[in-house]
Amino acid sequence: MATESRTPSAAPDAGRELIRFDGVTKRFGDHTVLDGLDFTVAPGKHVTLIGPSGSGKTTILRLLMTLLRPDEGTIKVAGDYLTHEERNGRLVPAGEKHTREVRKHIGMVFQQFNLFPNMRVLRNVMEAPVHVLGLGKDAARERARELLDLVGLGDRCDAYPTQLSGGQQQRVAIARALAMRPQVLLLDEVTSALDPELVAGVLDVLRDIAHTTDITMLCVTHEMSFARDISDDVLMFDAGRVIESGPPEKIFTEPEHERTREFLSAVL
Amino acid sequence: MSWDWEAARAFWPELLHGLGVTLEATALGALLAFAVGLVWALAYRSPTRWVRWPVTAVVEFIRNTPLLVQLFFFFYVLPTWDIKFSALTTGVITLGLHYSTYTAEVYRAGIDGVPVGQWEAATALSLSRARTWTAVILPQAIRRVVPALGNYVIAMLKDTPILAIIGVLDMLQNARLEGARTFQYVEPFTMVGIAFIVIAYPASLLMRALERRLGH
Repeated sequence: MATESRTPSAAPDAGRELIRFDGVTKRFGDHTVLDGLDFTVAPGKHVTLIGPSGSGKTTILRLLMTLLRPDEGTIKVAGDYLTHEERNGRLVPAGEKHTREVRKHIGMVFQQFNLFPNMRVLRNVMEAPVHVLGLGKDAARERARELLDLVGLGDRCDAYPTQLSGGQQQRVAIARALAMRPQVLLLDEVTSALDPELVAGVLDVLRDIAHTTDITMLCVTHEMSFARDISDDVLMFDAGRVIESGPPEKIFTEPEHERTREFLSAVL
Repeated sequence: MSWDWEAARAFWPELLHGLGVTLEATALGALLAFAVGLVWALAYRSPTRWVRWPVTAVVEFIRNTPLLVQLFFFFYVLPTWDIKFSALTTGVITLGLHYSTYTAEVYRAGIDGVPVGQWEAATALSLSRARTWTAVILPQAIRRVVPALGNYVIAMLKDTPILAIIGVLDMLQNARLEGARTFQYVEPFTMVGIAFIVIAYPASLLMRALERRLGH
């Protein structure tokens, strides 16, 4: 369950949370993007973040991926602090090694795919399992082929990314993220850079993954019908805060907050 | 003044021998420049300024002093510190070190040109720093700058005659010795000039074609 609890210590399902933000603030210069944000995500849940651009949704994903550091507050993943570690009972900024360990639970798919153009498709997917998890080449190759089959690209293993369409590249990127067997998959506007006719293929793959695996998903998207399909919870963001949250049926059909109504009428 | 084919023929073996030395100095100097330049380029990006600052100072110093001064320094000063190399080795080290300050800039541009999304993808996959550099960033960075590196190799080739001054038996030095022996200077020096253009011009055309293919 995603909650908007302002008193984290009193959260009722503290044992059932995979991600926890406590008072997270992120500023860019004078602009406060996230303002003391608290929220939790339970394992296996699919949570979609919606809201106007600039409301801090992508910042949340980037904080979780440690592409950004919070200015204040803490983030926990699977019970471990992500950017801090406990030393002599005190919280101190985490070293690179600690962060790397916690981060292994998380995978991310980017708006711009970000495949490695110097590697063939198969190697893109094998690279991290071999060099980060220490998986043997044969096992990694087998895993990569299975995942590329899953995203419908089993026959393009030897292609270079530039030889693929945007939709195909994004599906490879999904396979690459899944190859690390993350507990959490972050999806950052994964269809925004795609030509309209390629969007469906990518969303079908993600739907399939959402419905057949127990992976936790955190998703920033403007595809509202997709959000409605896969989400257990929808979080409505505005000005760095969660102003409303709940199951998609509720948020999309009878939103309570005026800002949510405005936003939905603009995008639906 | 007339062209003497007999003198040209007499110089031919010496020319080839000198050409071998010239190419050897260029190739070894280039390898050194590629390797040391990469070290500079990586040091530029070190998170600690105690690495960044001294490296920047050294690189600027080398780049902004003449090659000839550096050559004399290595040739005359190092032996007084009991560091002794052959003339050719001294020449290769000087050339390589001097040009490493240029290749460092080339690498830097190449590294800066790799999209930030590549770093982010590497972070998202938890690749180690070393793996990110060797498997993701450098292959892309270097691919972009191959033509620029090639152009510096050509420039270095044309700088090798300076090694004649410390007695390296390159093409120019052989031509000089031939002239001193036979008092016929026209043929040897002309042939040396032609040899340079025969190598350098096609090479620079090749680099230009490569640049076009890489889409610059």
